[in-house]
Amino acid sequence: MNLRRCAAMSCKEFIQIRRDRRSLAIVLFLPLIQILLLGYGARLDANHIPLYVLDQEGSQHSQALLKAFQASPYFNVVKTVENYGALVRAIDSDHCKLGIVIPWNFSERLDDSGRATVQAVVDGTDDNSAQLAEGYAQAVVANYTSGVQVDWFARHGLANQATSRLSVDDRTWFNEDLESKNFIIPGTVALVMALMGALLSSLTIAREWERGTMEQLVATPVTALEIMVGKLVPYLVISLLDAALCAAFAVAWFEVPFRGGLGTFFFTTTLFLIVILGIGYMISVATKSQLGASQYALLVTLLPTTMLSGFAFPIHQQPAPIRALTYLVYSRYYVSALKRIFLDGAAINELVPQIAAMTIYALVVGFFATRAFRKSLQ
Amino acid sequence: MLDRIWHMIVKEFLQLKRDEHARFWLIVPTIAQMLVFGYAATFDVNRVRIAVIDFDHSQESRDLISRFTFTGKFEVAKILGNEKELKSLIGRGDIPMAVKIEPGFAELMRKGQTAHVQVIVDGTNSNTALIAVGYVNQIAEQFSQDYSRNRLGRLMPVMSSSVPQVRLEQRPWYNPDLNSKWFFVPGLIGSITLLLVVNLTAFAIVREREIGTLEQIMVTPIRPFEMILGKTVPFFLIGLGNVALVAAVAILWFQVPFRGNVLVLLLGVVLFLMSTLGVGLLISTISSTQQQAFASGFFFLNPAFTLSGFAFPITSMPKAIRIITYVDPLRYFLVILRGTFLKGVGLTVLWPQMLGLAALTFVLLMVSVTRFRKSID
Repeated sequence: MNLRRCAAMSCKEFIQIRRDRRSLAIVLFLPLIQILLLGYGARLDANHIPLYVLDQEGSQHSQALLKAFQASPYFNVVKTVENYGALVRAIDSDHCKLGIVIPWNFSERLDDSGRATVQAVVDGTDDNSAQLAEGYAQAVVANYTSGVQVDWFARHGLANQATSRLSVDDRTWFNEDLESKNFIIPGTVALVMALMGALLSSLTIAREWERGTMEQLVATPVTALEIMVGKLVPYLVISLLDAALCAAFAVAWFEVPFRGGLGTFFFTTTLFLIVILGIGYMISVATKSQLGASQYALLVTLLPTTMLSGFAFPIHQQPAPIRALTYLVYSRYYVSALKRIFLDGAAINELVPQIAAMTIYALVVGFFATRAFRKSLQ
Repeated sequence: MLDRIWHMIVKEFLQLKRDEHARFWLIVPTIAQMLVFGYAATFDVNRVRIAVIDFDHSQESRDLISRFTFTGKFEVAKILGNEKELKSLIGRGDIPMAVKIEPGFAELMRKGQTAHVQVIVDGTNSNTALIAVGYVNQIAEQFSQDYSRNRLGRLMPVMSSSVPQVRLEQRPWYNPDLNSKWFFVPGLIGSITLLLVVNLTAFAIVREREIGTLEQIMVTPIRPFEMILGKTVPFFLIGLGNVALVAAVAILWFQVPFRGNVLVLLLGVVLFLMSTLGVGLLISTISSTQQQAFASGFFFLNPAFTLSGFAFPITSMPKAIRIITYVDPLRYFLVILRGTFLKGVGLTVLWPQMLGLAALTFVLLMVSVTRFRKSID
């Protein structure tokens, strides 16, 4: 590989990018819009869950329990309905996620036998939201129960005999406020960079093919490797700029904590960009058509990064064959590195597995891309 | 007129048939994606690996720990003697949670006081952490109830049975086992189809323009409207085949129940496909090069997929974003898919979604046809 020829290639590419001002503006601007949209939209927190209430009793006890639901920040008591049919319709048409049904004999059973049951009708369609809602509802009822029990013991002169209780102190590490934005937004940065990188590099080669300038390029003394490196360097610079902008936005606008070092961030980001630019390059060398390139690029970026990188769905909960498959997904390593740099403040020496995996990936992709390029010329 | 459109359709299919990449793309990845992502998309929290630090070594503490594994939600992966190793274990992501029982735990419980169990959780994935802590709270609550009942039973056998207690009985509808495949697999039908159709259609016109064959077509007697129709019908048929294929995988392989009316779903599919064709055509008519179509397609599809309610509930989004989601065809189609598959509801519930898709289709197609007419004048 000759550095001078590489530099000449990069220089040509830079001039081409500079001439196309509109595309350059779009390239710098679009990732920010994406981060803004996804940063606000991709959240998993369940607050103000719409709740309907069917109070068949209307007693002091039942009202006290409903007050407890009203007081909870997790629920938003939208409406009190008069019959079961109205509740069914509300859940069918998505007006509420949860219905609390207090039976007509609630106080009676609570006072006589000590055992009362309240029904929580949950829309189970979205199982995750349903689980969160159920968990919060359980907590409200448990809290109510212990209040009732304290009263009961006091009335029976057992106040000092108080019941044994086990309370849970939970300490959360890394994402102390348990806000979903703090882990989803770093993942979003990875997602947007993956799309961006694949897009930029698949276009650069496809363009040469379709305009017929590839033959001219090949007629010059540059080698396949020099063409690849020379072509990708300018896009690496642009993508790094994009990544820096996205990360700055995540921290300054969305207030995601950034506890790691900038050096670690740029080092892992550069590695990731080399991998993704290489993949995009390989795709466009192999397909030779822009339609084909765009389809393959979409196939290997959007859904795999969303589903198999730990971006939103925890990898340790996936079945073993899928877990094995995630090791092949390049963004898995970057997403986990980013989360640890942002939230855990991990330094380079703590990210050795991720860095090693991305390096191997980059080498393999580079090897196949140069080979595919030589082949496609024949 | 029908004759002219027919020739256009035949031409499009011939072109597609010659493109080996397109042929491959249409069948293999669709099924593969459905199978992989159907299993990958899960927010379930099961078999969470936990570390246990038990400083109390009492019967009570052992009972509590056994309750963790008993539920199947947790798996004791490591028993630690102290807290030192915890930082690196949780940091590496091997073990997302640790449970610590302080010395004197059993004694406090025996005296009828409040004992504490400490839970240290990796909050990185806040969703998993919240659900896991929710389970711990339920275990602790049950443990308290059982323990104090037993204790009171020993002290005052007569009264123990009448201590008041309220139980929350949970009834998840439509998905009684809260199986996340039932939620995500119907969603995948829409998502995979959206990506395929928009991406294919986005290139439909701009490619002809860039290669220079658009002029050739325009000198034939075909009219702009007929040409657009001829261009989109093949993609519509491909989309329809795609939906049928992935829906078959959903029902036959993943065993997702289909409780609604097939005709209602079919109406939804037709409207959805037309609106995605509209998006693709719009991209194709506003782009002057294939590159622009490529870039616009990418940057439409990412938010359209992420903000559709596929994984992130629309109700949790801020109002401004919720308004933006109204121009996303997938948003409506996901409600139709989940409504017909899981809820078994009909048009009485789903008419707003159908109306939304129809309106979107109308506007998109009108704008595309007008833009297209202008661009060839």
